[in-house]
Amino acid sequence: MRLKYHPILRFERGKEVTIYFEGKPVKAYEGETIAMALHAAGVRVFDYSVNKNRPRGLFCAIGKCSSCLMIVNGVPNVRTCITLVEDGMRVERQKGRARLPAEAKPPEFREPKVVSADIVIIGGGPAGLMAAINAADAGAKVVLLDENPRLGGQLIKQTHKFFGKREQFAGVRGVEIARILEDEARKRENIEIFLETSAVGIFQDGEEKIVLGVRKNKELLEFRGRALVVATGAMERMIPFENNDLPGIYGAGAIQTLMNTYGVKPGDRVLIVGAGNVGLILAYQLIQAGVDVKAIVEAMPKVGGYFVHAAKVRRLGVPILTRHTILRAEGKERVERAVVAQLDDNWRLIPGTEKTFDVDVIALAVGLRPSIELLHQAGCQIKFVRELGGHVAVRDPWMETTVRGIFVAGDTAGIEEATTAMLEGKIAGIAAALRLGIANESWLKEIEKAQRDLDEFRSGPFGKHVAEGIRKLLAEVGGNA
Amino acid sequence: MSGNMIVCRCNDVTVEEIEALIDEGVTDIEELKRLLRIGMGPCQGRTCIPLVLSILARRTGKSPDEIPVPRARVPVRPVRVEVLVGGGDE
Repeated sequence: MRLKYHPILRFERGKEVTIYFEGKPVKAYEGETIAMALHAAGVRVFDYSVNKNRPRGLFCAIGKCSSCLMIVNGVPNVRTCITLVEDGMRVERQKGRARLPAEAKPPEFREPKVVSADIVIIGGGPAGLMAAINAADAGAKVVLLDENPRLGGQLIKQTHKFFGKREQFAGVRGVEIARILEDEARKRENIEIFLETSAVGIFQDGEEKIVLGVRKNKELLEFRGRALVVATGAMERMIPFENNDLPGIYGAGAIQTLMNTYGVKPGDRVLIVGAGNVGLILAYQLIQAGVDVKAIVEAMPKVGGYFVHAAKVRRLGVPILTRHTILRAEGKERVERAVVAQLDDNWRLIPGTEKTFDVDVIALAVGLRPSIELLHQAGCQIKFVRELGGHVAVRDPWMETTVRGIFVAGDTAGIEEATTAMLEGKIAGIAAALRLGIANESWLKEIEKAQRDLDEFRSGPFGKHVAEGIRKLLAEVGGNA
Repeated sequence: MSGNMIVCRCNDVTVEEIEALIDEGVTDIEELKRLLRIGMGPCQGRTCIPLVLSILARRTGKSPDEIPVPRARVPVRPVRVEVLVGGGDE
């Protein structure tokens, strides 16, 4: 079902097209992804798993997991959450492992198209866009790629207004910030943008770095630059509970993608797991979209997010059950019920405390993990830092990793907020341009200013935790915080 | 019950299967990866690896920073063979 009215968002839908799901026509709009169109048509089961034949559906909605793979125009393993619909497209459920076509053609190596720049930026979210804008202003030729069909990263689903200073977009909604940054990036002639383009590997060739990219699942591209900024964001965490893979269980971000980016109602009744800021904001956004939020469960003894968000949600009548966890999801091919139970102070289940909620959606807001695969593959030193969300690349105060010329910014560098991602992106973009001898010394001041802004933003109770994690990283490179 | 707790979606690996191998003495994450194919599916470990690390830490009493993440290799995303070689139909 598509949202028709929303108090904050207006959904501009493209031309109406028809796609065929298992042979049946489904109405879709240009500019939306296959997964969104199918969800709007009520389809929840996208595929059946390889060994155990379990039904699966959308989970992350940003092309990171493998839950939405389908057969599209005869091609298996297509990530339907980031593949745009086209008129006449044939989409089928994938059952079990994909098979190679019976008549394979003899291999014949292709020469990829080469795209050269000074700096290659992977990821077009708040960090990547700010890196691109600042590196370009410092004089660098920039190429930016993102595997999603739209720029803005997770900003394109944030309806709440930001905190911080005016120059950090305080009081502006995330969706608006995405629009501003996209306009800024697009009007600079020295920024070239490639959407629907996945980076699949990083190589070194003499003085140059090569990012191997694949556009629209079919075109091989070779991006060359002397410096890279990796701003690939984060991946939603999963938790183990019975039937945790049932269609209707989504990462919190996937629900935001459905309702805030594409205007598709995620379901009718929702249970949220996790009362951090993401879970609390999600509850509010669901209510804005006309969805019934039954409860929020949180395993910790108290709410993790900002008090202001928790108070808002409580005022709207959503119970927040602390010291509760999800035991299992129930339902045949999609979520029909969620069973939760209370925990004692030693994290053991208290027998007899089970409660059942009749819900069709379970939202997991249990944290994020930095997406470091490319950095790890490129040989950057990786370290586990709990305060930053898990394994991250060791980097210096200029966001440069242990591989010279590879910079990192945003959630990839440590789970934090869009405001800090933008500041880190600015530092990384300028630092890369300085490292290449493109930017002049006057840009040093801008790095110092961004560093001061970061310190200020991190001086609160939440930020202190992050600052502690960053100190651990800087200790590895002998830098000082 | 834990037979239905999925850790790796790509290859249908459960909590139970991972715990059973750890209890048999397989505590190296690269060995677990090769035996169970965790992290080797289309998502390349994005969903399962944090879960495997936490199960491993809990079961062996190690702290998470003592357990290395399995190596990341090219391609980090699924790529159609046709994109790299052959085809010529576009």
